[in-house]
Amino acid sequence: MLDKLFFYLDFPFVRYAIIVGTLISLCSSLLGVTLVLKRYSYIGDGLSHVAFGALAIAAVLKVSNNMLIILPVTIAVAILLLCGSKDSRACVKIRGDAAIAMVSAGALAMGYLLMNIFSSSANVAGDVCTTLFGSMSILTLKPTDVYLCMILSATVLVIFILFYHKIFAITFDENFARATGVNVSAFNLLIAIIIAVIIVLAMNLVGALLVSALIVFPSLSAMRIFKSFFSVTIAAAVISVICSLTGILVAILAGTPVGSTIVAADILVFFISYITSFIRNGRM
Amino acid sequence: MTLLKCRNLTLGYGNKNVVENLDYEIHSGDYLCIIGKNGCGKTTFLRGLAGVLRPRAGKIDLCENLKRKEIGYLPQMTTTQKDFPASVEEIVLSAFQGKSLLLPFYGKSLRKRASECLELTRTENLRKECFRELSGGQKQRVLLARALCAAERLLLLDEPVTGLDPESSQNMYNIIKNLHENRNMTIVMVTHDVEAAQKHATRMLNFNEIVQ
Ligand SMILES: Nc1ncnc2c1ncn2[C@@H]1O[C@H](COP(=O)(O)OP(=O)(O)OP(=O)(O)O)[C@@H](O)[C@H]1O
Ligand SMILES: [Mg+2]
Repeated sequence: MLDKLFFYLDFPFVRYAIIVGTLISLCSSLLGVTLVLKRYSYIGDGLSHVAFGALAIAAVLKVSNNMLIILPVTIAVAILLLCGSKDSRACVKIRGDAAIAMVSAGALAMGYLLMNIFSSSANVAGDVCTTLFGSMSILTLKPTDVYLCMILSATVLVIFILFYHKIFAITFDENFARATGVNVSAFNLLIAIIIAVIIVLAMNLVGALLVSALIVFPSLSAMRIFKSFFSVTIAAAVISVICSLTGILVAILAGTPVGSTIVAADILVFFISYITSFIRNGRM
Repeated sequence: MTLLKCRNLTLGYGNKNVVENLDYEIHSGDYLCIIGKNGCGKTTFLRGLAGVLRPRAGKIDLCENLKRKEIGYLPQMTTTQKDFPASVEEIVLSAFQGKSLLLPFYGKSLRKRASECLELTRTENLRKECFRELSGGQKQRVLLARALCAAERLLLLDEPVTGLDPESSQNMYNIIKNLHENRNMTIVMVTHDVEAAQKHATRMLNFNEIVQ
């Protein structure tokens, strides 16, 4: 078993997968806490479908690096959905969930349609499945993808650490933050951009349909057990990284799809934390 | 000396105006109590002053070089969620975020200030507690501590003593009075406790007369 593992670790693509997987799961869990607490989880889900649609467009246009299309499109939609309310100061209301469902399902449908009409590959269904469920795509990363991913996630990490307290203040009580002079609109914009970047990155790891699982599960598990924002953030990060590493290694050894194996590990941890909190409190 | 100046101020929600064409000045050193019956628009006015609600028309000028980061604000109803994981200490410290701190740490002086405010509101024993598990009155006192931390020149309080036991509300009035007299803090307080308002306030604003 271990021999097999070390044998695989000799391949650069396996090492890339591990590095990228760790970074992406770290970033997604950190912002996941904010996303869950702000009740934005379903926007995250919608955005991942938008990223899939953008990927299809990129495939059709045959751009050299499809990140060039996916990133700007997803960021633009994220800003529209997260900061788009007409007067963000009057009781912040994001556009109705019907609009988000529309964008999300629409992007999925158009993406699949485009891929079907314009794809040159013989196995369209396989390609689509790969982008939706991640399949083995993380193991086929090119060095440029890895560098781009490392730069983007490092940026996200630095921004998160620098603005950690601001993000907490805005997530906890946006009105108070605004009253005491925090530039809430600017930070909401920043958060929207970061979330879009993370979703695009996470799509590489687990595929478009599973992105929200990667973002939501670690924070929900951490929130079951811990009671301060700081401990929840740290716990979510640790849980997420451990689950992703376990998922990647199991996937390599057992030949299962990477994305769903990672999510399976996340679900397992969620159940463990659920039961732990259940036993500790004697109730929900 | 005018600290806050409302000119032709109109505030409202949806297609309804709650406050219309209001001209009003709040002076530096005021202890202003706003009274009026339920639903007459006191909270709306305070949200306008706090910059939480954008005016429909007109303007609120901050005079005398007053900065938003020098304002403390205690909302009437906390919009916070039931399952939000946050410790009392984290919440009180978040009051300093308007002072554009970039660092991931709070310095000694800010921590000391936070401790003082927790002590004033007699919540220092709750410091490590989880906010969502406190009682209503305890939550109110923690949020008051947060408002005190942020307040340097102006304190906006929306029914600060609602939900407090008699001893705590007396304590609250003493804290506010002390801030007003010794630290030259300007106080704007919405209250239904007309007796206490008449006792402490230097000015009263009856909102029933403003909104007809
Ligand atoms: N978020 C909101 N959306 C729509 N209308 C609102 C909203 N908040 C308040 N209102 C309306 O505005 C009017 C004024 O409300 P406000 O909360 O300012 O009253 P108040 O004077 O603070 O009352 P109370 O003494 O009960 O606190 C009310 O008629 C209320 O129905
Ligand atoms: Mg009110």
